[in-house]
Amino acid sequence: MSTILSLQNLIKTFGGLMAVAGVSFDVEDHSIVGLIGPNGAGKTTVFNLITGNYRPDSGTVIFARRGITNMPTHKIVQLGIARTFQTIRLFQEMSVLENVLSGCHCRMRAGLFASMFHTPGQRKEERLAVQRAMRELAFVGLDEQYTNLAKNLSYGNQRLLEIARALATEPSFLILDEPAGGMNTQETQDLMGLIRAIRSRGITVLLIEHDMHLVMEVCEKLVVLEYGAVIAEGGPEEIKTNPQVIKAYLGAEDD
Amino acid sequence: MMELTQQRYFSLVSGAVFFAFMAALPLILSNIGLDGDGRYHIGVLNDIGLYALLGLSLNIILGDAGLFSMGHGAFYAMGAYTTAMLNTKFAIPILYTLPLAGCVAAFFAFLVTMPILRLRGDYLLVVTIGIVEIVRIVLTNDVGGATGGANGIANIARPEIFGYRIITPTQFFYLIWGFVAVTVVVFYALNHSRFGRALNYVKQDELAAAGNGIDTYRYKLMAFVLGAFWAGMAGTLYASKMKFISPEAFSFSESVLLFAIVILGGAGSIPGVILGAFMLIGLPELFRELADARMMFFGLAMVLMMIFRPQGFLPTRRRRYHAKQEVGKFSCAAGSLCPLDNPVFTLDSHVPEQDLPLFDGPRPLRDTELDEKA
Repeated sequence: MSTILSLQNLIKTFGGLMAVAGVSFDVEDHSIVGLIGPNGAGKTTVFNLITGNYRPDSGTVIFARRGITNMPTHKIVQLGIARTFQTIRLFQEMSVLENVLSGCHCRMRAGLFASMFHTPGQRKEERLAVQRAMRELAFVGLDEQYTNLAKNLSYGNQRLLEIARALATEPSFLILDEPAGGMNTQETQDLMGLIRAIRSRGITVLLIEHDMHLVMEVCEKLVVLEYGAVIAEGGPEEIKTNPQVIKAYLGAEDD
Repeated sequence: MMELTQQRYFSLVSGAVFFAFMAALPLILSNIGLDGDGRYHIGVLNDIGLYALLGLSLNIILGDAGLFSMGHGAFYAMGAYTTAMLNTKFAIPILYTLPLAGCVAAFFAFLVTMPILRLRGDYLLVVTIGIVEIVRIVLTNDVGGATGGANGIANIARPEIFGYRIITPTQFFYLIWGFVAVTVVVFYALNHSRFGRALNYVKQDELAAAGNGIDTYRYKLMAFVLGAFWAGMAGTLYASKMKFISPEAFSFSESVLLFAIVILGGAGSIPGVILGAFMLIGLPELFRELADARMMFFGLAMVLMMIFRPQGFLPTRRRRYHAKQEVGKFSCAAGSLCPLDNPVFTLDSHVPEQDLPLFDGPRPLRDTELDEKA
């Protein structure tokens, strides 16, 4: 196993608040890693630093042996990191299929002129993209709903659509920000299967999740954040019994 | 039953019917006993055609990409003045100035929008108003001594196509509406492509678009450049139709009018924008007898319209995709997720490698490549 993503001493401050205070951890290729911690611990900020939505004050992000710190988001996606959002950010007024096609965009090449005149190459690429998008929809189980508007899907299905859209970018690394948020027990159970299935396609998964059952079941490694710093790292069993983690989640007893 | 507008060939058939009717219109107008054989009416239709062209070009920016631009008159003016100067000073035929005017307007758009594209919504709107005012004032004050100042530029030649001079309103009618037809076909194709979709993603959610690999800055810039290119070409048609141009023709109110054509007709909708041009340019002419009161009624109509039908008269229709045959074709379809660790979901069996779309370009590194580098 080799390291696919490596964060080295990332620091990000907002005004006087140090949201991420020197975070370092590695993610092994083909693994499922969970990033957990109390609310406001800086988990989503770490995601935004990886995907280029924020620029770190200092520190580096290395993906597949390439420094991606300060790279624009769309380039990072092209290199193979895809993400979903904590608050669902679908193209609400567009169809389910069009949402997934947005993921295909970065693997397509048709330029302005090919698009204007629908050249044979453009048509072929378009056909393949639709096929590819439908495959990803089938993968998450939404292919029958391809003509629906994204906003008309149920909450759980909207989360699945975000995953399908991210997968359509052909990532080798997928970042899921609270994928089970708003899902019921059955949907969460299905989601666990889906996350494993994504990994078995050769895609490394890094996720934030508050559903501890899901995290403990699915993740092979956990990284625990508190106040913008890593307080523990290890397998689920190790983390469950780690006194510092218990303290962070339940609060310290008065001595 | 499917709605009529959702039928497969609806766009093609309705577009063909519309342009066939427009092609016959000069013949009809000149044979029903109107004063001056309908020259006035054809002249109004020419104006409508020009505004339809400008509206369609603004629609790329405002309707498709959702960028609030109220400075479209600036690009239009750049095109018209480029043609006027090249034609009167260097005697370059109008037809050759057409692409040049487009290029100058596009380059201008590239330069002025590059620094302002990070602005959003109303902030962008205010800056674009500034741009159109600057252009108008520069033209009026004759900066550089080439624009003729407030007097404008006169004696612009008529266009000549294969030795055939375009002079009468009817001839201009076919030139302008022919150009509209070409524009509609090209922009329709553009809309139904990767490019058109990308503009819509940017319009709907810029952050999500970037998060899915779309270079949002580049697409916003391209929307402005393409829209300006087309507006510049429309400026050429205008200059050669009027034979004379002055800064008054490119005032801020022209840009507002174009903005209203797009919003009122239906932002992002090609038939909507053409209808918008008919309504905003045609209707005031139709009610000329009401004299000054017509503009008041007109303003009232616009207010009511925005209250009761904010999406415009003919809002965009949804794109159609031929994906039906793909439904249920792949395993694990029909809304059911796979049981845990279902072997169906390995990459090899679920998505056979040879069937994967073979897009050229950067692919994510596969694990074998990673190992090689290790």
